[in-house]
Formats: sequence, C-alpha cells, structure tokens
Amino acid sequence: MASIRELHKQLIQKERSAVEIATEALDRIQKLEPQLHSFLHVMGDRALEQAKAVDDKIAAGEAIGLLAGIPIGIKDNICMRGVPTTCGSRILENFVPPYESTVTQKLQDAGAILVGKTNLDEFAMGSSTENSGYGRTCNPWDRDRVPGGSSGGSAAAVAAGECTVALGSDTGGSIRQPASLCGVVGMKPTYGLVSRFGLVAYASSLDQIGPFAGCVEDAAILLGAIAGHDAKDSTSLKIEIPNYCQLLRPNFRPRTRLRIGVIKETFGSGLDSVVESRVKTAIEQLQLLGAEIQVISCPRFEYGLPAYYIIAPSEASANLARYDAVKYGIRAEEADNLIDMYKKTRAKGFGTEVKRRIMLGTYALSAGYYDAYYLKAQKVRTLIKQDFDSAFEKVDILVCPTSPTTAFKAGEKTDDPLSMYLSDLMTIPVNLAGLPALSIPCGFDDQGLPVGMQLISKVLREDLLLQVAYAYEQSTDWQFYKPDLTVATKQQKKS
Amino acid sequence: MLDREQVQKVAHLARLELTEAEEESFTRQLSSILDYFEQLSELDTTDIQPTTRAIETSNVTRQDVLDPSLAQEEMLTAAPDRSDRFFQVPQIMSD
Repeated sequence: MASIRELHKQLIQKERSAVEIATEALDRIQKLEPQLHSFLHVMGDRALEQAKAVDDKIAAGEAIGLLAGIPIGIKDNICMRGVPTTCGSRILENFVPPYESTVTQKLQDAGAILVGKTNLDEFAMGSSTENSGYGRTCNPWDRDRVPGGSSGGSAAAVAAGECTVALGSDTGGSIRQPASLCGVVGMKPTYGLVSRFGLVAYASSLDQIGPFAGCVEDAAILLGAIAGHDAKDSTSLKIEIPNYCQLLRPNFRPRTRLRIGVIKETFGSGLDSVVESRVKTAIEQLQLLGAEIQVISCPRFEYGLPAYYIIAPSEASANLARYDAVKYGIRAEEADNLIDMYKKTRAKGFGTEVKRRIMLGTYALSAGYYDAYYLKAQKVRTLIKQDFDSAFEKVDILVCPTSPTTAFKAGEKTDDPLSMYLSDLMTIPVNLAGLPALSIPCGFDDQGLPVGMQLISKVLREDLLLQVAYAYEQSTDWQFYKPDLTVATKQQKKS
Repeated sequence: MLDREQVQKVAHLARLELTEAEEESFTRQLSSILDYFEQLSELDTTDIQPTTRAIETSNVTRQDVLDPSLAQEEMLTAAPDRSDRFFQVPQIMSD
C-alpha cells in the first residue's frame, strides 16, 4: 500500500477519493483475510462513512490533515465506542465498549479511516498471536509461520497492505517483535508519551500504545497524532510534542557527531547467525552514514526476562481480576454461588496462557512471596535502568537485534512457555526502563523472512530515534520488498 | 518448586477452576518458570530502590469539576444479568 504522504497527495490533487482508498483497503482485507486472519472485526460501513466525510471536506475546499482518509488498523485491546472489543479473549466475546479510547478519538478527529480491529494474543499475552481465542494470524511472508505477537494482527495487516498503518500495544516487545517478524516499522514510545485511556490493561507499569507502519515517516506521522498529555490517564506526561516528521533528514552528517552503541550482551548465544550478520551489516551502514560506533556493555540486560515474567504476570493477575462476570462479558451458566460463578466463568473464558500468567502472578504476590519476587524484580528494574543510564552517558542511540530469530513455525513453541518467553529477550529491558525504541527492517534471512534491527534512545528522544531510523531506511531499499500474497499455499510456492 | 496442592491453592486465590490436566501441566510449567526466576538471586539488590516507571511523577491532581458519567442504562445493558437498576449475581450468602 502507498505511504501516507503519497495517499495524501492523491487526495488533495483529487486523483482519488477517500472512498476509493477505503474501498480498496476493504477489498484487499476481504481478499486476504481467509489466508491471513489479521482482523477480528472489520468496520466496513463505518469506514466508508468516515471516508465520505473526508471527501465532503475536500469537495468543500477545506484543508485536510495528513491522516485524513488514511486506512488504519486498531489492535483489538483498544476500546472504540459501539465497536466489539474482545482482546482476543472469549471472556469478552460479547463486549461492546460504551466509551472511546483517547487514541482512536484522536485518529477519528484527524479524519483517519479506522478499517478494523486486529488480532492479538489474548489480553496481549504472547509472542506469536497463537494465543488468540479466535484463531491465529499468519505471517504474510510465510503463512506456516507466526507473525510474532502480541500485536501480530496489526503487524501482518500493515505488511500485507490491508491498511496503511496500525496501532498496537507494547508491554514487553508486543509492537517491535511482530514488526521485526513481519518486516515493518514498529515503535514503542516512552512510557507516558501516549495516553492509555481505553487500552485494556495488561501490565500497567509497562503497557504503552505505539505505531506500526510501512516506512519511518508514516510511523512518525502516526506517533505525532496519538502522542500528548491526557487528563484521563494519570501516567500521561505533560510535555510538548515535537513535529517528528519535520525533523526527518536523509542523513545525519551535518549534525553533531552521532554516537551509536552496540549492546554487546545481545550478540551472545541464542542469536541466529543470519540475524546477527544482517544486523551487523546494518550497523556498518549506520557507520557509513556518519555515526560513530562503540561496543557498549549492559551487564544486567539478560536479567530483564526473568524480572519481566514476574512483574507482568503479577500486574496482570490484579488487572484481570475485573473479569468477574458481573458488569460485562460472558457468564458461565451452571454456577450455584458467587465464587463458583467467578471460577467457572474465568475457567471457560480465559485461554491457557492467560491462566498460566494469572497463576504465576497470583503466586508471586501471595503472602510471603511478595518480597522474594515482585519487589526483587522491581529492584532489578532499577539495575537495568542504571545500565541504560550509564550507556547513554557514552552514546546517543543503542542498537541490537529486535528478535533473536526470524519468524518461527506455528505450533513450534506453544507447548514450552519458557522458550516462547525467550523470543522477547531483546525487547523486554526497554519496557522495564520505560525507554522508547523502534524496530526497522534490515534485510532477510535465507528463507526470505524479514530481519529487524532495534534502535533504543533515552526517554523522550523519539525525534532522534526516528531521525536515525529514517536516515538508515533512506539509504537502503528494504521497505520496497513486499510479501508475495498471490500464491495461496506454501506448497505451491515451493513447487 | 511448586506442588500440586499449592497450585490448587493459588487457583482458588485467582478464582480459576482448573481441570485435572491443567493442574498437572501448571504444576510442572510453573515450577520450571520459578526455577528460571532463581537467577535473579545472583544480583545483589541491597539498598536498591524499586523502579516502577521511566519518569517519576507524583500526586497527579485535577480540578474537582463534575463531568457527565456514562449512562446507567447503557452500563446495565452490558451486564450478563440484571434486575431493575442493579447487577444481578447468584446467591452470595446461605439462607
């Protein structure tokens, strides 16, 4: 699909109408969904109405913003008033939110066309979108493989051109890891930059909403539209939002010396050799662009994973206590008292991974264990943050692979939760420290699967992160490679 | 390590009814995950303050101004069961 700027140009020059663009997106969704299953709910009529409103504005000679008429996908853990929001869970299969999230309100105010709600691991818990209660999403590059997760539907939809850009949420890598596995740009902003009002809570000290896009500029435009203070989210930061787009330049030579640090610990065992080679080539490219490259050690980086899998399930066990079959959602029929109703409804409504994390979190927070687990993990967070702080005294940007491997086969890790957790090794420390980071495509492995590079900056340096990513992107042509979606099955592709 | 009895206790605290098979697999899987967490004890965290967020903020306040809240009828419509203006649930106390 064309970029936001291309579509915007077509709209203002009246080469195409917003209704035509929306219709094209909806047709493509209809055609590809049987193969991909990126969406849980498509808002056909609503999208066309929104597009008609944009066309009316253009016809009336009114100015339109960059996002007006742009088809956007929304991860299905972000509430929209009157639109089913399931979080990929059976427990919310009949839930229709009575209120609108701040991010979707902002996008609609900007004239964006919200085409559908995208698939995810149930309550954003997972790294493959296989934990959805409504079936898995396929990776557009190889449908036998996973798109990553938890925002796998948003990543696959953008990669396949079902929408121009999409929103996801990132608690431990849920935007960056699927962006990497699907070959698109995905960004997790600084904790507090984007309002979470209307985002269904998973782990509140880590959750953040962010953009998926086919190119860096589109990600910058979408981020600019959703960022900013919101009185409805008490963790939201009161800061000025820069114009991220205007700051993008195809190189960083004229700037003062840009220092990039390669995180030593991420190039150890467990890293796929092709991923290592592609990321190293990309780092050389950054050097050619004028960056000074240093090797940086973050010795406590690897402790991020165990710390995260204590903190996130602990917070989840508290957040998910609200699914009690009283105010909304499904209720198990055959209960004979209140406690029994809770237990049976939750047994029926939650999938295995969600139950596993609720159990883990409940245990970690139970009497006598809080200090040993949750408090210990929060202290380890401080140590990881200190590692980043001292790294950022020496460099401006950190770089590492986004994911230790390219997209893995569906079913490969579903029986071994710990091996699934390990796919978030590179992304998790960033959430623990609350930093912004993005994943950008940096090549393909021998099987044609995308590889992603992760760039990390200090808090609130999204501008610099986007500038570096943009300069890299403009010096390569990875963004122009698209998955072949004309072939129905992999067998046919091979023969 | 976690035994089956502890798994049953935690499931009760979490208000989850587990099947026999789930009890068995969670006992095994949660034990191995807890073993994995043990590596955190390698780190000395004496005198280290816990972190909860990237940028500390505190005492977020706002003007105490009334805003319309969501419509009661709309809230009740979403409920699995209701009685007049109330959410309805199975019996809580015995007769």
